[in-house]
Amino acid sequence: MIKFINFLVAAVFAGTPLLFGTLGEIMNEKSGHLNLGVEGMMSMGACAGFMVGYLTDNFLIALAAAFIAGLLGALIYAVLTVTFMADQNVTGLTLTIFGIGISNFIGEYMIVNSHTNSLKLPEVISQQVKNIYISGLSDIPVLGQLFFQYNPFVYIGIITAIILSIYLNKTKTGLNLKAIGENPASADAAGIKVTKYKYFNILLGGGICGIGGAYCSLIINGGVWMSNSVNGLGWIAVALVIFASWSPVRAIFGSFIFGGFNVLKYYFPKDIFTFPNAFYDMLPFVITALILVITSVRKSKKNTRPASCGINYYREER
Amino acid sequence: MMSKTFIRTVKNLERSQFEILRLRIMAFIFALVAGGLFIIMIGYNPVELYGTIISGAFRSKMAIQATIKIMIPLLMSSLGVTLAFKMKFWNIGAEGQIIMGAVFSSYFALFHSNLPHGLLLLIMFVAGFIGGGLWGLIPAIFKTRHNTNETLFTLMLNYIALHVISFLRDGPWKDPGSSGFPKIARFVTNAQLDKVFGIQFGWIIGIILVVIIFIYLRYTKQGYEINVVGESQSTARYAGMNVKKIILRTMILSGGICGLTGVIQSAGSDMTLAASVAGGVGFTAIIVAWLANLNPVGILLVSFLFSILEKGSSVMQSTYGLSTYSAAVLQGIILFFILGCEFFVRYKFVFGNKGGARS
Repeated sequence: MIKFINFLVAAVFAGTPLLFGTLGEIMNEKSGHLNLGVEGMMSMGACAGFMVGYLTDNFLIALAAAFIAGLLGALIYAVLTVTFMADQNVTGLTLTIFGIGISNFIGEYMIVNSHTNSLKLPEVISQQVKNIYISGLSDIPVLGQLFFQYNPFVYIGIITAIILSIYLNKTKTGLNLKAIGENPASADAAGIKVTKYKYFNILLGGGICGIGGAYCSLIINGGVWMSNSVNGLGWIAVALVIFASWSPVRAIFGSFIFGGFNVLKYYFPKDIFTFPNAFYDMLPFVITALILVITSVRKSKKNTRPASCGINYYREER
Repeated sequence: MMSKTFIRTVKNLERSQFEILRLRIMAFIFALVAGGLFIIMIGYNPVELYGTIISGAFRSKMAIQATIKIMIPLLMSSLGVTLAFKMKFWNIGAEGQIIMGAVFSSYFALFHSNLPHGLLLLIMFVAGFIGGGLWGLIPAIFKTRHNTNETLFTLMLNYIALHVISFLRDGPWKDPGSSGFPKIARFVTNAQLDKVFGIQFGWIIGIILVVIIFIYLRYTKQGYEINVVGESQSTARYAGMNVKKIILRTMILSGGICGLTGVIQSAGSDMTLAASVAGGVGFTAIIVAWLANLNPVGILLVSFLFSILEKGSSVMQSTYGLSTYSAAVLQGIILFFILGCEFFVRYKFVFGNKGGARS
């Protein structure tokens, strides 16, 4: 039982970067842009978050830096796909290659210039990203462990998801955005400023992805800089958007379930049956592939990809 | 900005081939300038670094051979993905197809290495083609049956393939002779590719493939079908083509060629099956194919350019201590600019007063 609770907690920790990536991609796809650059934007956020945290020793500044880095990555994407109408698939892929490349490059550059063999986060910021202990609540048996002892990222992620859900479903701006995602020409005719909306939400999504990246570099690797710190999580996030059927709230559960697959290796009772490690490492990707197949076979009319997703909007061609 | 009508975008279809080429060259120069600004920002002299890249790739016979060695897998997998891209099938799975090609052929290299040399290599190439082809066929089957998103599916297959190698390395194919980290045994000489002019003969296969794919796409019925499917699936259907069959066939070819890349990389360069057999080449191949406008001859050129970048960046690492990832950064910047410039090939900005006449 205790082991099972530990597993659930570990799943939440492992799922949090996926949550940010998924939320970021939802914002992109809702504005009609399939952004395959999530992995790249997360990498940029990972690098900026870590390096700024390393230099300033302040969690909030690091978080802001990660957000801005992800946002800048998204800005490249937005300029190319919204204004210059470049192919979304290729632009996103290039953003991924570029983002991973530049963050690894800067990481190695920092290591060489700091004259050490590795970069480790200073004490103050490592304390700030530690799990929050809420006196009273955290001590409750089981519930306290399950709900009240996570690091700040986990709470920020869940709150972001709820805010985005309200934004998309309850505010006029959010509904306008959904209209753009479904049919930009009609939205444009209705007087919605399509380009402005697209830019805003793609950039917002990129920033959120950046925070997810910061989680990878600040938390997962234990405060030591490593190359390729995002390591495929961004791609799972893109697929999770389908699993969560474009709903920020469902993204919370989807991410945590996938977090569970990521850490299953350490919690699966070895005395029942032992699988090779590679099997567990493969699992999240196999399941993602299965979900892609299942959702495409089911083809429900509700909860589908925004209709204009992947197609650039050219005003003079409607 | 479009909504204000001070600047409007209008179609511009009358660009000549020469103008388009000029635009692309300009974009390339802008990309180098942007890369240069980045180099200045981190405190180096861009002219000096660019010089190091070029001289690094050609400074000796060995350097040139190394550059070509980098080019072979890039060239071949770019040709592979081109087939899929021509029909707008987003095969992002070159990485996984390379790996599966290497895995299938490695089985023979490791366990049937006593076969006659020529026969063994032939079997390895066939196995590699089948391995990569199968890995390309799976997403194609689901795409044609259920319209499953192939971009993400091929991507997931990359990671699955990667872990197939680590499974084999940690278990069934583990080299009992190695101490420490588990690895797969080195291929015996009989299972290694021969060298021609000091470089493994994969380069010959690469050049032959350029010619074959060029002819295939331009002068054969199947190549024509690929083009039509890429332009419009409904047109293809209306013309009586079996779109599903074309997609399946093309993906076997696309994956198969990537599989051959895996054979050449493992048996020609690594001499073993390493987890890094694809090593990101499958992704770079996408950039190469796109930059070359899906033209096989263009791919030959761009992949040569990119291998200079890669080789040069490794020299940059040994000279200045800068990471080899600088190659990926520069490649990304170049493609960003080319992608942006495509806009000016098709459209132009018109500056006019609010409410000006539509063109």
